[in-house]
Amino acid sequence: MAGGLDGRGVGHLVIHGHSPVHRLAPETKVVSTFAFVICVALTPREQMWAFGVHAAVALSIVALAGLPARVVLARLAVIIPFLTFAALVPFVAGGEEIEVLGIGLSRDGLWGAWNVAAKASIGATASIILSATTSVPEILRALTRLRVPKVLVSIMAFMMRYLDLLVDQLGRMRTSMTARCHDPRWLWQAKPIASSAGALFVRSYERGERVHQAMLSRGFTGTMPDLEEQATPGGDWARAALPPVVALAVLLAAVML
Amino acid sequence: MSCTTIQVADLRFTYPGAHDSVLDGLSVSIGEGERVALLGPNGSGKTTFVLHLNGLLSLQSGTIRIGDLDMTDANLPEIRRRVGAVFQDADDQLFMQSVRDDVSFGPANLGVPRGDLDGVVERALDQVGAMPLIDRTPHHLSGGEKRRVAIATVLAMEPHALVLDEPTSGLDPVGRRELAELLAGLPQTQLVVTHDLPFALQTCPRSMIVSGGKVVADGPTREVLADAELLAANRLELPYGFDVSAL
Ligand SMILES: Nc1ncnc2c1ncn2[C@@H]1O[C@H](COP(=O)(O)OP(=O)(O)OP(=O)(O)O)[C@@H](O)[C@H]1O
Ligand SMILES: [Mg+2]
Repeated sequence: MAGGLDGRGVGHLVIHGHSPVHRLAPETKVVSTFAFVICVALTPREQMWAFGVHAAVALSIVALAGLPARVVLARLAVIIPFLTFAALVPFVAGGEEIEVLGIGLSRDGLWGAWNVAAKASIGATASIILSATTSVPEILRALTRLRVPKVLVSIMAFMMRYLDLLVDQLGRMRTSMTARCHDPRWLWQAKPIASSAGALFVRSYERGERVHQAMLSRGFTGTMPDLEEQATPGGDWARAALPPVVALAVLLAAVML
Repeated sequence: MSCTTIQVADLRFTYPGAHDSVLDGLSVSIGEGERVALLGPNGSGKTTFVLHLNGLLSLQSGTIRIGDLDMTDANLPEIRRRVGAVFQDADDQLFMQSVRDDVSFGPANLGVPRGDLDGVVERALDQVGAMPLIDRTPHHLSGGEKRRVAIATVLAMEPHALVLDEPTSGLDPVGRRELAELLAGLPQTQLVVTHDLPFALQTCPRSMIVSGGKVVADGPTREVLADAELLAANRLELPYGFDVSAL
């Protein structure tokens, strides 16, 4: 089965470290990531050099954060479906054709494919940096401090929590199957897991109910307490602003040129 | 009236959609500072009762009073502050990403100022001997460690009464003895739900047996456990070779 479904849950995307990226206040990272991704998305696809700069910025932050290249590449696998789709576009899109290795491809389609591939991989790298250096509760707290309505943050908190439980429950069921000599390594061997999906959902739902009861009995009234007190250090905003500022400069240059 | 007594009269409860009632006229009265064991076979309704004491299942019939408070929606926050429940499965109780955050959750909800939280958390963890676990992920603790942290999450709220559902499950003999000592050293009124009869004898001067949703025996633990017929009739059994009269 796919990596990551081994019972560790989504709360464990964080790669522990003490890099300057890890230490930035989470709200600055959230805003910075969001702004950077927007700039990348708005960059005109014809300006290939601009994507080179964007990628260089993203990669240098990966290096600064000390994230292992292997892990980043493995997590980038989530965009493979988009890339596959992008690769099909030049074959099916219409318009002016150009000859590549004896095959007629749509010029517009090629640009489209490049556009999706470049933006998806740079954007995904940015989110991977955020999720590998910021824990889920930190992100949720950041959203609260950024004045995202509490109801929304609570819903997201629960979603993450239940997703965690679901993955955890799946991990346990898989363990108990493995203990009985079932060794599901590949998707096509997953039938017993698939057929027990019903049981999985019921069990997860009931556990979720019990967790909710445990929260209520400890005075939960619908909003997570904000357990950290310190205000956002001003220097963090300045440091976190660097990547999106570079991206914005590149974007402006790319649009003007 | 003291604020720690637990008075339950004629409690009846049927799970929605189920046919048979789980609690069928359960009445219990526990005085301030008492430590009472609640014994009973699997499925006798013990956990259902525990959930009622924290207002987590809505009252269908009967009354529950915690000290001078009736179980009503308006009194729920105060009742939950007074009665700390430690649940049967510690995985349900621990839901934050670090032990520190988990133990802070209750007191933070009660409005303990942030500056005081660290002290409260450390005191609670210290009480259960789990201070070294403070920065760990609850997810990855052993069963016994989870149990201690779960108890700390409740102690941090400084409840007047503790209700513990199967606190010894998953503990090794030393952990079990340490838990017994911990409970004996706490000033709170305690209701200990357990199948572990020697543990009940060790920690609770008084025991009740619940069967079929009502209390069928109530008395000094030693006498209750000495009644072999009563135990057998309720699917309870002392461990092999254990002799109450010899103690
Ligand atoms: N959420 C639920 N919905 C329907 N029935 C339930 C639910 N929870 C428990 N029951 C049923 O209620 C009865 C009492 O369950 P309860 O969990 O209170 O027993 P218990 O005394 O705590 O048992 P154990 O010693 O195994 O923990 C059981 O027959 C159980 O199947
Ligand atoms: Mg139970």
